[in-house]
Amino acid sequence: MTINAAASQQKHPGGKPALELVCPAGTPAALRDAVDAGAHAVYCGFRDETNARNFPGLNFSRAELEDGIAYAHARGAKVLVAINTFAQAGREDLWQRAVDDAVAAGADALILADLGVLAYAAEAHPAQRLHLSVQASASTPEAINFLIERYGIKRVVLPRVLTLPEIADLNREIACETEVFVFGGLCVMAEGRCLLSSYATGKSPNMNGVCSPPSHVAYREEADGALVSRLGDFTINRFAPGEKAGYPTLCKGRFEVAGRPFYVFEEPTSLNAASLLRELVNAGVTALKIEGRQRSRAYVRKVVSDFRRAVDALGTGGEPAAAATDALSDLSEGSRQTEGVYRKTWR
Amino acid sequence: MLDDLYPPPGGKAQTGPGDALDGAPEARSENQKPLRLPGLVRRLPPPPGFLMAPLLQAFVTSLLKRHPEMFERLGDYGERRFLIDPVDLPFVLMLVPSPKRPLLIMKNRGAPVPWQAAVRGPALALLAMAQGEADGDALFFTRDIVIEGDTEAVLALRNALDDAALDLFEEFEAAFGPLSGAMRRLRPAAVALFEGLRRALTQLERLKAGADTQNGDKATARA
Repeated sequence: MTINAAASQQKHPGGKPALELVCPAGTPAALRDAVDAGAHAVYCGFRDETNARNFPGLNFSRAELEDGIAYAHARGAKVLVAINTFAQAGREDLWQRAVDDAVAAGADALILADLGVLAYAAEAHPAQRLHLSVQASASTPEAINFLIERYGIKRVVLPRVLTLPEIADLNREIACETEVFVFGGLCVMAEGRCLLSSYATGKSPNMNGVCSPPSHVAYREEADGALVSRLGDFTINRFAPGEKAGYPTLCKGRFEVAGRPFYVFEEPTSLNAASLLRELVNAGVTALKIEGRQRSRAYVRKVVSDFRRAVDALGTGGEPAAAATDALSDLSEGSRQTEGVYRKTWR
Repeated sequence: MLDDLYPPPGGKAQTGPGDALDGAPEARSENQKPLRLPGLVRRLPPPPGFLMAPLLQAFVTSLLKRHPEMFERLGDYGERRFLIDPVDLPFVLMLVPSPKRPLLIMKNRGAPVPWQAAVRGPALALLAMAQGEADGDALFFTRDIVIEGDTEAVLALRNALDDAALDLFEEFEAAFGPLSGAMRRLRPAAVALFEGLRRALTQLERLKAGADTQNGDKATARA
């Protein structure tokens, strides 16, 4: 492996921190709120299975995307369009059309995962900036450098399973920017390769854009006030009366192990890396991603404005953590937060 | 604006390695809970149906006229029957957000209501969520709202409402034509009334929590 110090320096010219805040927008109104709350960039997707948040009532028509891009650009913000599911054989035109339409709408970058879609975008639109989605599961220098060389990707979104030292090492060995998750849903799996949702329901974020599709989710409140959540034929959890709840995903399910209920993979909790922003800058990270295209405008406004204050505080030598950790607990899954694997003292 | 009435989510954040597995979740402070109206309100007689039926129908018809994109965003879920259950009020609502013929009907609590998807929670929490001032997932995590039936339809409705960025006061004003001027004049009084009520209830809950703690301490001391 070769160390690409020049690339690392290029990311932060003059050693000055340059963190771009990339914020979620599930709807046009959320996009406007994210921009107004201080997002440097907003990511969103079309209202179909080409993006990994294909939930009912969410996402953008072609006309809405054009309007959203105009709104963001008028205020100095970028729009990144996620076309990050895997194209299905015989239906490639759906993904190719999404690429063409996003480029025509003026997207600042496309966030792609599928090799075929990457190849199409690189060939059909060579001037278009391409980012590699976390769904592409590229987390080694060899994989990332191959995709840079082959498709000219300018940024990779890293999975939430790398430690800070691993991110720093990776940044020294790759010739593109890195974007890391700092807040929201904590996926602890090999993203883009996880089959848990598919196993339980036949639908997955990778192919259909839905993790734990709501069509297969059912809740039941029992007479004693307990809440039972089910996904397909599986009981995911039984929350005691008053106990904070989480999403009905298998990876956050509580199952009986050795005769006692136990969180086998991970507890209901959200990522909050606000206290690590300085370390992330030092590790060579370019952009911070806030998860939550399926969340409301209230979530977007609160999380984006808190993190924008934290990022600004970095530039003025202030304390970024205080700006973004207070008051976000109640927006978190299970009302709990963690720094996840960034600090590897976790499980 | 309901943000006058509905305190934003907050509470001390829990961060730090290991806390997801080892730390006990921190309870929200009393003033961060969605306001529940006093139990007495639920026992009051509901507003007369003959008065509410035309008002609610005028409201939902006006909503369709003013926000067709919201109904379009719902797609096929617009034909579902939604039960909206404000658990602290003496009535429930049945909504069919159909772009062809929208329906909003009030039923007395306990009366049979056919539904395919239901959302239950304190009235002010539901209102705050409906106009994008509270996050539905957060209210679900904290168990303030409960979803039953067709989860997909509930999500579609929540997302479509959130995108519409409604101001319910404005919508009521727009729906009631000649009455809208009077409603606009009543708005500051209504906000002041609810805010006073919220403060009084918060104070009462704090006093009650204090009394419960004292009683608990005494019981512990006796033991």
